[in-house]
Amino acid sequence: MPNLGLFNYWVVIVLMMTGFYTVIARGNLIKKLIGLNVFQVSVFMLYISMANVKGGTAPIIFEGAKIYSNPLPHVLILTAIVVGVSTTSLGLALVVRIKEAFGTIEEDDIRRLEEEA
Amino acid sequence: MKRHYIVRVISKLLIPCIFLFALYVQFHGDYGPGGGFQAGVIFASGIVLYTLVVGLDRAQQAFHPRIIEILVAIGVLIYGSVGIWCLASGGKFLDYNALADDPVRHPQHGQHLGILLVELGVGITVAAAVVSIFFAFVNRGRS
Amino acid sequence: MSTAIAIVVLRDLWSSVILSGIFSLISAGLFVVMDAVDVAFTEAAVGAGVSTVLMLGTLALTDTSEKRSDRFQVLPLLVVLLTGAALIYSTLDMPHYGDPYAPIHLGEPANTYIYKSSNEIGVPNIVTSVLASYRGYDTLGETVVIFTAGIGVLLLLRRSCEMDQEGKTCVNEESHS
Repeated sequence: MPNLGLFNYWVVIVLMMTGFYTVIARGNLIKKLIGLNVFQVSVFMLYISMANVKGGTAPIIFEGAKIYSNPLPHVLILTAIVVGVSTTSLGLALVVRIKEAFGTIEEDDIRRLEEEA
Repeated sequence: MKRHYIVRVISKLLIPCIFLFALYVQFHGDYGPGGGFQAGVIFASGIVLYTLVVGLDRAQQAFHPRIIEILVAIGVLIYGSVGIWCLASGGKFLDYNALADDPVRHPQHGQHLGILLVELGVGITVAAAVVSIFFAFVNRGRS
Repeated sequence: MSTAIAIVVLRDLWSSVILSGIFSLISAGLFVVMDAVDVAFTEAAVGAGVSTVLMLGTLALTDTSEKRSDRFQVLPLLVVLLTGAALIYSTLDMPHYGDPYAPIHLGEPANTYIYKSSNEIGVPNIVTSVLASYRGYDTLGETVVIFTAGIGVLLLLRRSCEMDQEGKTCVNEESHS
């Protein structure tokens, strides 16, 4: 294969599609949130793999280092991780309230209960 | 957790080390990996471990929920007030150069001070927010 | 990758949550290999620590296994495969892994940060200097985001907790039913 340098993007795409499938195909709400987490981590890996420079080192200045990896995506991903954990915690709080209100956390059952009411 | 002796003993040894490591990560964020977010999360993990070991009541005696909620807001206030302090010192919002004694020749002093205070605010907010979220989950399950 | 596939397939939610914690830890290791030490630190602490604990807490309050689906749905799988194929087709033009001449490295902000950070700010960790000084406004927004998440969860899940006479335990009341 001539494009072995693109291997990191393909791994990221496989992970992304796995998370995507979990979000849209599974009915359980907690499973959807876990799939969303997988999706987010795959996006982080996309940015971090783009930031890497061959022969570079971590972006901390010390004696003897010539090439550093690009620090700008690192900053973006730090913010993104914190925002991700915020949305996950809010989503889990909503799941707890849904369970108390409907008695179930399967999407099909919730839709059926809402149509009956 | 009264009869899980191994977990209790090891946790009592580890929890002070976890808090110390959180403080180390907070203040050495300039020289190595680390900074406000990581330190806040590690501190919150220490409190979560303590809650798991001694139970919610004693943990809420040690870390009163009302104080934790106030701390969440104080961290954001610290961040914003550093920005306003920079405004009052003659620079732009969050322009740390204005905090130094000698903004022309040594802006680095102002940058150091600004970054230290800002990371402190971030660390306080993150730790308090994670702890209060955890307490909210556990309190919901109790009654 | 195999942990991700196992997360999808397993119906027992306890195992899925623990596997997602392991997934976060493995991805933190990958971040270290790709020279992103700050990100790896945060991902390990947040993903394997906080997220897993909160999901376990949610599981303790709700069910612990998933319902078996009646029939195998083809449409989600088809959507996923089509999207994946389109994305793979789009990556054929992208720069190779570790290419030092990629456009992301040649632009102005990244070079400015690396070259001028030690003179203007004097902090060895470039990521911290960018996060707190060059892009300090974004970090203010991020702090407000986690503040909002804390408030949101407290609004959703809180019961008013008043200490009883001696100040020993919380006497829980329903804030509103």
